[in-house]
Amino acid sequence: MLPLHEILIVLLLGIGSLFSLLAAVGILRMPDVYTRMLAASKAVTLGTTAIVCAAAVHFREADVVARCLLVCGFLFVTIPAASHLIARAAHRAGEPLAPETVIDELGQSADDGSGPEGRRTPADLNAADGP
Amino acid sequence: MEWFVQLVAGLLVLAIALATIRLARGPGLPNRVVALDVIAVLGAALAALFAIQFELRVFLDVAIILALVSFVGTVAFAYHVEKGAQ
Repeated sequence: MLPLHEILIVLLLGIGSLFSLLAAVGILRMPDVYTRMLAASKAVTLGTTAIVCAAAVHFREADVVARCLLVCGFLFVTIPAASHLIARAAHRAGEPLAPETVIDELGQSADDGSGPEGRRTPADLNAADGP
Repeated sequence: MEWFVQLVAGLLVLAIALATIRLARGPGLPNRVVALDVIAVLGAALAALFAIQFELRVFLDVAIILALVSFVGTVAFAYHVEKGAQ
């Protein structure tokens, strides 16, 4: 029987490796850049956080735990910001959407004139929304 | 315990290899930027795993630096993609 902290390490490492692998499969199999980014950013955040937490449980010292918390906090702040930036830049660059796409809210919004459908006036939007 | 850490390292290397396929195939710059971002963050996870395996806590600093540099690189690439379109 393993001691409790080793069980916790094994659990965290298993979660981390599986989610990292899922992220990689996601960016390989998804149909367009936006869904690839969706698959990659969430799963990679969780996987890397789990592995770094496993390192914190393994060492169990104040300076190591502080560094692990720093890595976790940093990942949780930067990965959503970075994926948002790439998605917006790709949409402005005219990156095509997958044929299964149901709605393109960024292309329809009035204050973003650089979408593939061009600028729409507020009157267009009111007409589209109905009474 | 030892073998499990090695198994996890193998899975992470497999994930990096799959992301490298996307990096090679593209198509286009945004897909490659996404693949590079994933590879950098998985590299940070691999550095933390090395810290566990070899009892070297210096590798956690490597993880911090990799996470930082990947964010800066992604922001620069996003700027480049947006400017290149206009």
